[in-house]
Amino acid sequence: MLKQTEIRLTGSGGQGLILGGIILAEAAIMEGNNAVQSQSYGPEARGGASKAEVIISNKEIDFPKVVKADIMLSLTQVALDKYADTIKEDGILVVDSSLDVPSDLKAKKVVSIPILNTAKEVIGKSMVANIVALGAIRQLSDIVSKESLEEAVLSRVPKGTEELNKRALQEGYNLVK
Amino acid sequence: MTSKLIQKYFREDKLPHIWCPGCGHGILMRAVAAAIDNLGLDKDKVCIVSGIGCSSRAPGYMDFNTLHTTHGRALAFATGVKLANPELEVIVITGDGDCAAIGGNHLIHAARRNINITTIVFNNNIYGMTGGQYSPTTPTNEFGTTAPYGNIDKPFNIPELAGAAGATYTARGTAYHAKQLIKLIENGIKNKGFSLIEGISVCPTYYGRKNKKGSAVNMMNWLKDNAIDVKIAAKLPEEKVEGKFLIGEFKNTTEPEYTDEYMKIIERCQKER
Amino acid sequence: MMSNKKVRLMQGNEACVEGALAAGMRFYGGYPITPSTEIAEISAEKLPRVGGKFIQMEDEIAGIAAAIGGSLAGLKAMTATSGPGFSLKQENLGYAAIAEIPLVVVNVQRGGPSTGLPTAPAQGDVMQAKWGTHGDHPIIALSPSSVRETFDVTVRAFNLAEKYRTPVVILTDEVVGHMREKIEIPDVNDIEIIDRVKPSDDDNYLPYGVTGDELVPPMAAFGDGHRFHVTGLMHDETGFPSNSSENAEKVLDRLMNKINKNLDDIIEYEEYMLDDAQIVILSYGSTARSAKSAVKQLREQGINAGMFRPITIWPFPEEQVRKLSEKVKSILVAEMNLGQVVLEVERIVKGKCEINHIGKANGEVITPEEIASKAKEVL
Repeated sequence: MLKQTEIRLTGSGGQGLILGGIILAEAAIMEGNNAVQSQSYGPEARGGASKAEVIISNKEIDFPKVVKADIMLSLTQVALDKYADTIKEDGILVVDSSLDVPSDLKAKKVVSIPILNTAKEVIGKSMVANIVALGAIRQLSDIVSKESLEEAVLSRVPKGTEELNKRALQEGYNLVK
Repeated sequence: MTSKLIQKYFREDKLPHIWCPGCGHGILMRAVAAAIDNLGLDKDKVCIVSGIGCSSRAPGYMDFNTLHTTHGRALAFATGVKLANPELEVIVITGDGDCAAIGGNHLIHAARRNINITTIVFNNNIYGMTGGQYSPTTPTNEFGTTAPYGNIDKPFNIPELAGAAGATYTARGTAYHAKQLIKLIENGIKNKGFSLIEGISVCPTYYGRKNKKGSAVNMMNWLKDNAIDVKIAAKLPEEKVEGKFLIGEFKNTTEPEYTDEYMKIIERCQKER
Repeated sequence: MMSNKKVRLMQGNEACVEGALAAGMRFYGGYPITPSTEIAEISAEKLPRVGGKFIQMEDEIAGIAAAIGGSLAGLKAMTATSGPGFSLKQENLGYAAIAEIPLVVVNVQRGGPSTGLPTAPAQGDVMQAKWGTHGDHPIIALSPSSVRETFDVTVRAFNLAEKYRTPVVILTDEVVGHMREKIEIPDVNDIEIIDRVKPSDDDNYLPYGVTGDELVPPMAAFGDGHRFHVTGLMHDETGFPSNSSENAEKVLDRLMNKINKNLDDIIEYEEYMLDDAQIVILSYGSTARSAKSAVKQLREQGINAGMFRPITIWPFPEEQVRKLSEKVKSILVAEMNLGQVVLEVERIVKGKCEINHIGKANGEVITPEEIASKAKEVL
């Protein structure tokens, strides 16, 4: 039976969303699934609207892009507004609580949580917002196990930041308890 | 009877060359072979690379590993050959148009890298192969088929350009001062880094005729009368140097060489593994 | 699990470098350009570790020129670029063709013309790969659809370049180049590697001399002791220029025959659900993934659809497409350009079946839904 989840991570360049997508995909293949990660980006190295996509499937993945997402993350208002109508009607939207969710947005579930603030104030490092978000997405969707996700995070983050990132994951889990 | 030098270093079956009677290129080509002979280089380990134009036909006559490339690109090809096999003595023969116009970017970057290549520019102040168009070394106010009202461009001083870009050896000789030119080429080859030797040639067919310079002999005499050695010029009052051109060694310094530096990276990477 | 280190998530551009290294690449000359830059970056990192050489040249023209120089000095060489750079490389692509230099040129296609859409995918350089440099010349072009296939195709590109002494173009695109997929790198010992044939040590080496039915002359390296001449001028078997029209004809015949008489060896393609297909989607590169997905959708709706995917784009799988056209009702060509491979298909099919086209050049990929709905519309 085909089990395929399509995830879109949106925000601005420099928020580590592509890395986030890579980590999710790696966690998925550790569990024997197929995964494709792709991205689109503007000319800016920082800022602008950035989007990373991950498809996780137990079957061969043909079309590598996400048209309508099962799960979408938005960390900036610009990105949310741009991609708001690309969530499946039975999909989940995870947004930073600082954003205004359009009233006409169609999704099964909208989860508004303080991702950016948790990274900045609780962990003390804005740059781990992507990892906090991954923790929250995992907790909401169960697409990968905690063990695989943690292993994938630790294999990708810079040496010396392992503890910081483990805490970020944990705070992400806590946000959707 | 051909000379020993020709027998030893030239592909006799490819001669005579295509150059016009009176052209200076034959003297310059011989100077390259003589310098190689004086240094006793192994023919199998010498690679001569050229671009397009009159000058660039030279390697075809010379019995080494020879590579006649696309217009302006000799130094880019030569860089690949040298980096791939640093044991090869890589010599580039190019012209004023080939190296300073279409290949100008490759020239300054090869100089900047200080890669161990010796470049000899056969400068005849004109595009000869295509029939006499002005080149980046045609003096201002002189004529070419594409400068029928006189050239309004300013010419490049090629050794100065190469030196400023990072060449560690630069010099200029002429077809008239052949013995000195041989020595300059030898020193250029000996320099471990990027060397550029400009050899001033004469083109009686196009540059000469277009600019009423007289016969090939007249043009050679002009070289004799107007070249001043850079060391002598330094001691002369300015008015004696005015209107003349300098020959001799302009720059001879030592800097890290590109392929040496790359080999160090390889060693470091392989040690770390 | 990750403990099997050979299974990993890898980007297409990285798989290209891994394939190149596995095939024996030891020289890279290039210039940075989106979306191919990772190929240069990873080559810069990995080549010196295996004793190979990487150089970032001053421009695209110099990048391919240096790679040709490296190949002539005996190393397997590659350069990578995208549209604007591919235009610049045409000059020396022709040089490599006439001088018979083994060389791999990767073009990670992006939206054009000119600077166009630097970060968006396209497949607009298909015709340029064949006709971009002046004069008649042989060319091989391969187009991978996945990360794993990028690895395989790159190995094959080196093998074909070395075997036939010819430049080989890899026509990938921004989607395949930048996406990351699960990939299992094959064991080095399981990969077939072909090296150029070297001449024997006798004194009479003819750099372009062949005997009997041979089409590919052995190739010495500079420094081997053969002291041969290489030129972009038309030359005879000695390597020296020749103006003779008789010789030119002979040389061009041999250059073209290197490819044309070895089509079975060079042409690779994938057939998917063709047995009972009424409509065939002909697609390549990343677009073929949409095509395959569309075929699955159409089949679910009871429509007998299939897919034909050339992996070798040049020489084009002419015979296969001709045979296909004799048994299907319709061929739908899907490609990220406004009509390139479709021209080749029309030429081959000569009206034996219906031909339709779905193309896009706006920087967006063609979705499976778009292909499926076009297929239904034309049936």
